[in-house]
Amino acid sequence: MSTWQRVHVNLRKAHGLFPVSSRRVTQPNTWKYGHVTLCKSLSTSRPLRNDFFKDLEVQLAAMRQKALDALPGSDWSPLEMDRSLPPERADVVIYSQASTVLSAGGIRQQFSLPENICLSMASTQFMKNINEHLHVLNEDPVDLQFNHSGYLFLANEEVAHIMEENYKTQRSFGAHVSLLSATQLKEKFPWINTDGVALASYGLENEGWFDPWTLLHAFKRKALSLGAEQCIGEVTDFKYTSNIATTAEGDQVAQSRITSVKVQVSNSLEYQPIECAIVVNAAGALSGKLAAMLGISLPVEPRKRYIYVFNCPDGPGLDTPFLIDCSGVWFRREGLGGNYIAGTSPEEALEPDTSDLEVDYQFFEEKVWPHLASRVPALEKLKVTSAWAGFYDYNTFDQNGVIGLHPFLNNMFFATGFSGHGLQHSPAVGRAVAELIMEGNFTSIDLSNLSFRRIIQKEPMLERNIL
Amino acid sequence: MSAPFMSLYRCCQRSALLVVSRRSLSSVSPPSSVSPPSSVSPPSSVSPPSSVSPPSSVSPPSSVSPPPLHTRFLLYLTQRFYDVEMLQSWSFLQRWKRVQKRNTYYSYVQKNYGSDIAAAYYILSLKGRFRFVGQSEWFITDRRGKFNGDFLDHKNTPLEEVNMNYTGINYRGLDNLEVQKSLRTLSLRGCPEVNDWFLARLHMFEDSLEELDISHCPRITTGGLAALRNLKGLKRLDVSSLPGISSPGVVIILLEEMLPKCDVTANGYDHTLREES
Repeated sequence: MSTWQRVHVNLRKAHGLFPVSSRRVTQPNTWKYGHVTLCKSLSTSRPLRNDFFKDLEVQLAAMRQKALDALPGSDWSPLEMDRSLPPERADVVIYSQASTVLSAGGIRQQFSLPENICLSMASTQFMKNINEHLHVLNEDPVDLQFNHSGYLFLANEEVAHIMEENYKTQRSFGAHVSLLSATQLKEKFPWINTDGVALASYGLENEGWFDPWTLLHAFKRKALSLGAEQCIGEVTDFKYTSNIATTAEGDQVAQSRITSVKVQVSNSLEYQPIECAIVVNAAGALSGKLAAMLGISLPVEPRKRYIYVFNCPDGPGLDTPFLIDCSGVWFRREGLGGNYIAGTSPEEALEPDTSDLEVDYQFFEEKVWPHLASRVPALEKLKVTSAWAGFYDYNTFDQNGVIGLHPFLNNMFFATGFSGHGLQHSPAVGRAVAELIMEGNFTSIDLSNLSFRRIIQKEPMLERNIL
Repeated sequence: MSAPFMSLYRCCQRSALLVVSRRSLSSVSPPSSVSPPSSVSPPSSVSPPSSVSPPSSVSPPSSVSPPPLHTRFLLYLTQRFYDVEMLQSWSFLQRWKRVQKRNTYYSYVQKNYGSDIAAAYYILSLKGRFRFVGQSEWFITDRRGKFNGDFLDHKNTPLEEVNMNYTGINYRGLDNLEVQKSLRTLSLRGCPEVNDWFLARLHMFEDSLEELDISHCPRITTGGLAALRNLKGLKRLDVSSLPGISSPGVVIILLEEMLPKCDVTANGYDHTLREES
């Protein structure tokens, strides 16, 4: 109903195009064009009628402006649209509140699951030609600041055989990885202490780290240039219709379809229900909460992870890879000034509280530094300069992504739960979801193993080296 | 309720693409996210379309002086006419496709003549020059790009030295050179398409490569130089005048540390200390 009221208001305003006197005329016998004085006017009060010629310039300017607005190419529309609110109808609504810019930004092909390897490789192919894919005319080319330094995984005796099997899988899919023994490792990286290391897996090509904000900004810029609308708000509710069916066992199953999404503008009480055809849930750590609004149980929850920045002047140089120790502690070089970033995943029982993004420096002292110092003796003397925290969209079921439709929900696509690998898989996952929407099934990489089916049927697809 | 109006509005919006229409010139347009599809820069997110923006060149934007008149005129036209904008984006894509086409994998030659001849043919078709192992003569192309078929006499002879200065080689072209296990010298001076991804692929020559020249390549940045860590047998490296490196002094020192047996040449950098403004 509010739209019709707005239309009425606009029609009333449109009358202003032609000068119409809206004030009462008190002296009906005067000349049509008011008093024409030959000398300087002595009266100090306002004229009682609208003097057409005095206001002529102003009126002409207003008419010209309105005519310019009405020409094609401007964004004037006969319907009053409130620009601060999201639109009332949209074809596809993508809900996303992710930790993209808080990520360490690494990309690797050293996974054990073939789907993950293919996703990473497809994403690297995308980034190789990123300027062709995300080029916007007359804008600066995209520079991801990709550091091609590779990943180095260290394995002790117990897991060395797993690493070898993974290596064979990775090579079969075309990833450029090499295995190093302890002596070869010492030769290549003399600054590593190789105690306890049985085998190391080193990425030769297409591995490294980049700037996540640049990638995000490039995607956003290209989407906006192609005509997407960007709105900022918070999804508070869904409206959906359900058909309830009864299974053979007598259980009631509801087949639902989302009809509209209620988006609340931040820091205000305004909200807008957006009618949409398709919803893509790429909400990262908060996707579980979003799915719960629809009665779907998605096993994705936020898990807080810390990243610490430290400075070590004697640390390893330009060839420092993204080193991942057997204990799970990782670190990588940041810039050229002897800065490094490091972190680790805490044990299950000691997961930090996820209500805020506060950093616990004690965690670094107890859990990260000892392992770093024992693996790289040069890092014994370091100084922590800063730190930040971000949320993993942690898939509690099997720590791998969930991509595809839910069997009970017809028009919500999930692309979440990557547990720390969301950024590196993002271009390829985006392409996969687009294929699902446009064609109904995967055409480039077959990701049916990562669908919702495995969660319902309780068949986990576990990855053998999780970070 | 307003749904039919919205879809009608969108239809009118899209049909505007087919008509040459003037676009709004004001740089202070209302913060709308409902700009026509494939517009240049919606004001809500990117800088407003002004007449003095950096030219749409492929090299890293480093010019401070205003761009030349023809570039500004082209920009002026692009912001006002959809046709010009479409033509410009089409020509950009065509340029990229041309580069990719010239660097394809010569599978036919490879199947019929062997991979060494395929590599030789690829190099000559890009106007490079090379020398076989055990031979002392160089096979070159003349100024018009023509070359004779003498190289066909040396079947199954690997290449030892390859000179691709100022050619359009890119990372895809390395598919043709993949199996050259005795390549000792590779010269890529001034190649506009050689970037970090290309350097990452050079690990295929890690056993044999001794001399590498990547000076004057505009697209190489520090991240790509980190990829040279695999070339442990490298004896001479030339990284002069790379415009993409931000702090050349530090990078050269780190490179020398990373490759201790290598002799790094780095001329053409201004190492004078500048006042922090």
